[in-house]
Amino acid sequence: MNTVMRTGARHWMGAALALAALVIAFAPAPSLAAQPIHRHFRIEASSFEYTPPNITVNPGDTVTLELASTDYVHGLYIDGYDLNITAEPGDTQQLTLVADKPGTFRFRCSVACGPMHPFMIGKLNVGANWLLWRAVGLAGVAAAAGLWIVRR
Amino acid sequence: MTRYDLTQLPLVKPLLKSRWPQWIVQVIALAGFIFAIVAGLVGTPVGSHNFSIVFVWIAWWALLMLVAVPLFGRAWCSICPIPLPGEWLQRGAVITPNPKGGIGLGLRWPNRLRNIWLQNASFALVALFSAVVLTQPSITAIVLAAFLFIALAASLIFERRAFCRYLCPVGGFIGLYSQVAPIEVRVKDTSVCAAHTEKTCYVGSADGYGCPWQVFPGGLAKNTYCGTCVECLRTCPHDNIAINLRPLGVDLLVPTGRKLDEAFKAFIMLGSATAYSAVMLGPWGAIKSAAYSVGTAAWAGYALAFLAFVFGALPGMFLLAVIIGKSFSRLEIVSTRKAFTALAYALIPLGLTAWIAFSLSFVFANVSYLWPVVSDPLGWGWNLFGTAAFAWTPYFTQIIPALQVVVLVGGLVWASATARQIAVELKFKTLPALPVIGFCFSATIGLLWLLIG
Repeated sequence: MNTVMRTGARHWMGAALALAALVIAFAPAPSLAAQPIHRHFRIEASSFEYTPPNITVNPGDTVTLELASTDYVHGLYIDGYDLNITAEPGDTQQLTLVADKPGTFRFRCSVACGPMHPFMIGKLNVGANWLLWRAVGLAGVAAAAGLWIVRR
Repeated sequence: MTRYDLTQLPLVKPLLKSRWPQWIVQVIALAGFIFAIVAGLVGTPVGSHNFSIVFVWIAWWALLMLVAVPLFGRAWCSICPIPLPGEWLQRGAVITPNPKGGIGLGLRWPNRLRNIWLQNASFALVALFSAVVLTQPSITAIVLAAFLFIALAASLIFERRAFCRYLCPVGGFIGLYSQVAPIEVRVKDTSVCAAHTEKTCYVGSADGYGCPWQVFPGGLAKNTYCGTCVECLRTCPHDNIAINLRPLGVDLLVPTGRKLDEAFKAFIMLGSATAYSAVMLGPWGAIKSAAYSVGTAAWAGYALAFLAFVFGALPGMFLLAVIIGKSFSRLEIVSTRKAFTALAYALIPLGLTAWIAFSLSFVFANVSYLWPVVSDPLGWGWNLFGTAAFAWTPYFTQIIPALQVVVLVGGLVWASATARQIAVELKFKTLPALPVIGFCFSATIGLLWLLIG
């Protein structure tokens, strides 16, 4: 009797964890709509960093990035948006995008500029990083699930 | 535990018992290895256009961390070219056994060093210089050549594969993570081994060499030190060796043979994956510059911070978690050292998934450098296969972050379950495992923040 009750409780716990994971993973993100505006950023590229390294905009904003290279030829490729510009030393180049994909995206140098070139990375934050928050929630469920899947 | 012996499949046993397939792959790998050294020394200094950097640190690394280690454990060690020249000299043979033997002193490895502390140190040493090793072809060439010569010297001084077993920085972590792989080499019936007085699997025979890894297959309980070279399959006269397909991670729950050096390897690997995620994939230029500027005060600060994090902060926080957990149990029969060592094995799946998540970012952003390098491996302007002008293109950038979440969260489930099982095995039950699971949760959150934050 006790074993049957314990097995039943385990099944309920498993179902609850699965449901929690599904809700965290797929529930629609709250919309924190702000009036879209046009933002302009000047990004200085030097070996092997961008200044500023983090750019934050709201979803829907029109964003102009002005890339200025201070030493060698550098590029700026934005993951997820698949956009790319390059700038010669002393030169500036611009690209404009509509930030219609929310999330956090890496931008990285697209021109071999020196030894640490593959690691020259910055971040474009479009609204809240819901993927990270969902991941934190899933990690909580995962820690509990690890306890649950082990039979006594 | 369910297992399936793959040697029952047609062709598998003949393919493994024959020396030729393995030897051919090893020789191709050796040729590639030597070419990587040559390319690093004479090719372009631009890493992303040089075979040595692109094939070693992108192609080989991707295959190793995303495929070979998780699925096949130490399979790479069975075809690794690094010990080959030394082993050929030591054996006096390139393929089949030579009864006259080869050259070398054949000394026993010192008893005090029969552990993986030297491998822990060698990995940490390479990790301190990783920013230059991973990016400068000439430094990669020097490191690869050093591996080759140290392995050669070890073969000429010590018996069997001393380099692989006790020195190789790569072999150390492959061994640790091979415990989770779904493949194992084991004997079918230990009583057959006990009755077999000749022990040809260990001493060798006309059919094959004695275990190069200094392991007696009849006593194998974990994958850690089995190089999966399958010499024992060749030398066993009783057909008593199996290559088993098995559930993932079963070695983690084997209570025997847990050691502090392996526990620290788990910390080193988890800490290095975290540090690399910050240094290589983070937006902090100052840290990248410090890691790259070897010999400067900034680099010394970076190196100290790295060592303090890997050897001090991480094990220290974990020890605190173990002590807090132990205080819940009111159980004094298990020492803190034993609990610390045993529970650290829960970090093995976490560390492996951390490396997979790190590698996903790094590899798919840079793997397109392969296509031009295939046509122009030295960066000399060749176009052998018409791919020299292929442009750099990061792949799957939209889905990689979600994939990293799945991998890291999966690793946390696994680590949490392992911690609980080890705690139960230590008679602690569930509550004392919670601080360790909390440690694993915090490490996962840190990695998530670094990789997708």
